[in-house]
Amino acid sequence: MPAELVLAIFLLPFFSFAIISFVLRPFFNHRPLLSGYVTIAAIGISLVLSIWALIEVSGAPHHILQMPDYEWVVIGDTVIRIGVTVDALAVVMLIVVTSVSLMVQIYSLGYMKGDGGFCRYFAFMSLFTGSMLGLVLADNLLFLFLFWEGVGLCSYLLIGFWFHKPEAARAAMKAFLVTRLGDFGFLAAILLLYAKTGTFDIGELQNLALTGAIGGTVLTWAAIGVFSGAAGKSAQFPLHTWLPDAMEGPTPVSALIHAATMVAAGVYLVARMFPVFASSTTAITTVAIIGGFTAIFAASMGLVMNDIKRVLAYSTISQLGYMMLGLGTVGVGISTGYISLEHGLALGVAVGIFHLFTHAFFKSLLFLGAGSVSHATGTFDMREMGGLRKAMPWTFFTFLIASLSLAGIWPLAGFWSKEGILAASFHYVPVLFYLAIITVFMTAFYIFRVIFLTFGGEYRGTDQGSHGLHESPVVMLVPMVILAILAVVAGLLPINEFLGGESHSFFGALSHPLAWVSLVWAGGGIFLAYAIYGAKWLSAASLRQRFAPIHTLFSRKYWFDELYENLFLMRLLVNGIFAALHWFDDHIIDGAVNGIAGGTVAVGTVVRRLETGQLQAYGLAIFVGILAIVACVFIFS
Amino acid sequence: MGVGLEHFLILSAVLFAIGLYGVLAKKNAVVILMSIEIMLSAVNIAMVAFSRYSQSITGQVFVIFIMVVAAAEAAVGLALIIAIYRRRKTVDAEKFDLMKW
Amino acid sequence: MSFPYLSTIIFLPVIGAIVIALLPWANPRRIKLTAAAFTAVSFVLSLALFVMFDRSLTSPQFVEQASWIPAINVQYFLGLDGLSLPLLLLTTLLGFIAVFVSWKIDIRAKEYFAWLLVLETGILGVFCSLDLVLFFIFWEVEIIPMYLLISIWGTGRKEYSAMKFVLYTLTGSAMMLAGILLLYFQAGTFNMVTLAGLGLDSILSSLMATAIFFLIFIGYAVKLPVFPFHTWLPDAHTDAPTAVSLILAGVLIKMGGYGMLRVCVSIFPETAQHYAPLLIALAVIGILYGAAVTLRQTDLKRLIAYSSISHMGFVLLGIFALSQVSMAGATLQMVSHGLVTGLLFAMVGLVYEKTHERSIPKLGGLARQMPIIAVVFSVAGLAALGLPSTSGFAAEFLIFLGSFNSTMVPGIQVYTIVGILGVVLGAGYILWMLKRVFYGAPKEQYDGVPDADRREKIYTFALVAVIMFIGIYPRILTDIIKLGIQPILGGFYG
Repeated sequence: MPAELVLAIFLLPFFSFAIISFVLRPFFNHRPLLSGYVTIAAIGISLVLSIWALIEVSGAPHHILQMPDYEWVVIGDTVIRIGVTVDALAVVMLIVVTSVSLMVQIYSLGYMKGDGGFCRYFAFMSLFTGSMLGLVLADNLLFLFLFWEGVGLCSYLLIGFWFHKPEAARAAMKAFLVTRLGDFGFLAAILLLYAKTGTFDIGELQNLALTGAIGGTVLTWAAIGVFSGAAGKSAQFPLHTWLPDAMEGPTPVSALIHAATMVAAGVYLVARMFPVFASSTTAITTVAIIGGFTAIFAASMGLVMNDIKRVLAYSTISQLGYMMLGLGTVGVGISTGYISLEHGLALGVAVGIFHLFTHAFFKSLLFLGAGSVSHATGTFDMREMGGLRKAMPWTFFTFLIASLSLAGIWPLAGFWSKEGILAASFHYVPVLFYLAIITVFMTAFYIFRVIFLTFGGEYRGTDQGSHGLHESPVVMLVPMVILAILAVVAGLLPINEFLGGESHSFFGALSHPLAWVSLVWAGGGIFLAYAIYGAKWLSAASLRQRFAPIHTLFSRKYWFDELYENLFLMRLLVNGIFAALHWFDDHIIDGAVNGIAGGTVAVGTVVRRLETGQLQAYGLAIFVGILAIVACVFIFS
Repeated sequence: MGVGLEHFLILSAVLFAIGLYGVLAKKNAVVILMSIEIMLSAVNIAMVAFSRYSQSITGQVFVIFIMVVAAAEAAVGLALIIAIYRRRKTVDAEKFDLMKW
Repeated sequence: MSFPYLSTIIFLPVIGAIVIALLPWANPRRIKLTAAAFTAVSFVLSLALFVMFDRSLTSPQFVEQASWIPAINVQYFLGLDGLSLPLLLLTTLLGFIAVFVSWKIDIRAKEYFAWLLVLETGILGVFCSLDLVLFFIFWEVEIIPMYLLISIWGTGRKEYSAMKFVLYTLTGSAMMLAGILLLYFQAGTFNMVTLAGLGLDSILSSLMATAIFFLIFIGYAVKLPVFPFHTWLPDAHTDAPTAVSLILAGVLIKMGGYGMLRVCVSIFPETAQHYAPLLIALAVIGILYGAAVTLRQTDLKRLIAYSSISHMGFVLLGIFALSQVSMAGATLQMVSHGLVTGLLFAMVGLVYEKTHERSIPKLGGLARQMPIIAVVFSVAGLAALGLPSTSGFAAEFLIFLGSFNSTMVPGIQVYTIVGILGVVLGAGYILWMLKRVFYGAPKEQYDGVPDADRREKIYTFALVAVIMFIGIYPRILTDIIKLGIQPILGGFYG
């Protein structure tokens, strides 16, 4: 495969962005659909090229296509290169990004129809897709960081797409700042690794880490730094607060960026740097613990949210935690010697990325379904929904498939990928396995709570009768159906094996007792949701009252927003330390400057009284002065 | 005992001191101007004496210069005093304190 | 001797100023066109030099050397090397754009544009002089136009700010002059190239070397500005007219960083190394302190001004990390900051011109009423917070990379990491500002406020294009800058 075509995979969407912003927006604004078509065409070609790359890679030795790289900056001995590599990991990500992005763009044609910022929307979406593809293809940390910030920017722009809404503007800023806080660690880690090894190249860094050429402490710090970047992007605890707020953006944006691709970039980064992580016990244990904790922590908040998108957002955080858990536990297995290094490296990546792969499809589908629902009802609040099953059969059906997949029901995609993570944690870090299995229960519960509240029962909306409810247009349904198919079959695709993981036969998986354990827990969650929200055997209100403290804890999100924003950011920093420094600047430093000036003036007002204006007094002074000088000359010579 | 260099210098010093006293102590601006002329004369005397003593013509040339300049300066000075008198009806130097702080 | 390019570039603006002052045109439009023409020629010529520049020579090129005051061995000595070329280019570009930024000035237009052009000549001269006396004279030339431009065409407490600027700068200059004279009495020459080759560190007593180093350094530190000599900057920037803020932030304060590299570090490498930990500490304090105080500002222009203090901290860090990459990064940061902050001030000027409001709490939701300005302002802001693909990232990254890897200063890794925190704070103040000014619900009183007109679009888009181009392809400058850094490094590695 020619290198130009590989570059075209990520350059095409950039090109589309350029065309939309410099040609279509200024000159063809009266035909906004054009920008959608350009975007879809560019991403479609990227998808085709990605599939081509997939075929090439599966035939290549070691599953790697080496591509030429270019010198970005050369100063003395310091040569900073940029370049791309296509390997199995990259190509799987390429497929995920291009296919989900393509579906979302088609869906957006319907969803964003009539919006004043139609062109801008597709321009940003192109920019995002290009950056994300570049991130996946980048072969060195600096180049990766470039796109890393690029996708962060697009996330910022798209969350704040309806910038006239104060909440959207606020959420956009929050997302950027929280991820940037994580990126601080990432950047520091890049510098640290470069200082130690003299290279940004990921492949070289992996080798150096494995051979132990990077010292233990340095390696640990670097890995933790990289993970802080990944945690920011993937909204892992304690940097998780931005993702639920990010739901202020248009729903297709949430589907693409905040469910399927960008938030998964953190997981991708850990997978990409897996040998570095696996070489440091501390770092990989951190990844596993944070991942496992985030999974259950976010799921707990997802249990009580009333906004359908927020439930999905917490679900995303939780599932991303799962992926981290998968990577982390295999890594712990390697460092404790339960699993051979060579096998473990491939297995860890396979476990984590396989879940990323299946999750991308069913979670983006869930978001598109939520968008479709709000398209009909005009709200995201589930308390004002209900009974939509009849009005929106296609939406209901695809949403149900995605939910089952998320809950991990055999034989849907989520089952297969979740199984790998559960098995890894069961084998290598049993403590985390118990967290994970409880999360399975919670996941099944909250997603079926959504189903029963949204699609079951009777319509509870106030302003319009259920007559106004309608199924979404075909242009929105087609991508949903395609994604639904993918949410069914993605688990059966040999992605796991392709990445070096273990394969399961279709029915053979059920012979494993672990599979039954997880299925029972998931089934329990579904049943409980049915009991409360479907059949109403248990009253949700009385349960809420009974567990009021816990409910408050969950629904107030453990007060993390208050802690970060009110207490830490505003109280401590902006109105605390920064205010003190501001006062210091105005009064002490500038005060000193003005003080010197004032002092000079004050001395002047005193000393100027010597200037009597009388000529003869001056003459006398001159005479005395001359006498004094002459006297000095005589005395000292 | 002939008249030597030191006699001229003593004369010059005495004249200079008288001039200086006039400049510093007198109130009338015209008197001050005259005192300045006396000081210039004192300097001229010293200069001529030194010129004679060192057998060099340079000092005497300077004296001519000084006299020329002094004449011009006296003219300008008197003109200034007249101008001031016309404005302020006084030539009392102690009343001239426009340059006071 | 070939064509005196540098003299032509330097003195064209002042000739333009004389033409404007002497010709009996009262029509402001003609005056502006004249000013634009002279600065344009200067810019085109410097572009030509950029093309003709020999990218293999580390020594100064396009040299013009003539004896000027033989008694004390002062020469008229101009030259251009890798350090000065990017700054020369930046100055002529911003000088040209400043004329367009001032297009709406009609009060005493003749004087205004004359002074603006004189100002440009002063700055250009500083960047090209290779003789310390000549350097100092150009350094001082800039003060008078600055004073008049701020105190006549400024806003707010303009007389106070202008006076503060002059007194602060003159204090620094006095120190610098003392340092230059001391240097002359010790070394017997004002020739910067010769001085850099003498190895004065080891010849002079360490007390003398330190004294000269700091006397000169304080002159530059005031200009850059280095914490705690910075308080003139917010006042001057805030009260100056837009184009003057642009020149002030864009190129004038770069004279400080340039001087540090050209004089302090070049002539006294060992002294610089000895005191580097102290100066780097000041740099890091400046970065964080500047950013913290920036977050508290409520005046749009003052906010940008304070952010400059933080950004110039990065320059100081890069310079005194004393590695090739970090110094190249510092130089690139000077260029980048000139473009970015110049653009930011131009945008603030536009917002103020259209809304007559600069207080952030009173603005809001402007993205609806002025979309073009909002987009360009956002791009400039993103460049200021160091987003990749803008020049800000390339420069800051090189500074961090060079500093972190520097072997010249012990413990610099810690300082660098702390400095990177400034980038997080930078994102904070920029995004918060953008949110408060442009996003949120549109306000009624700004309905019908015009967006950027065609001329404003052209020059802002041009700046955006340059910023992005340098960010994507920094080699266009780093390949030149590294030539200028090479001789400085010679002082460290023999």
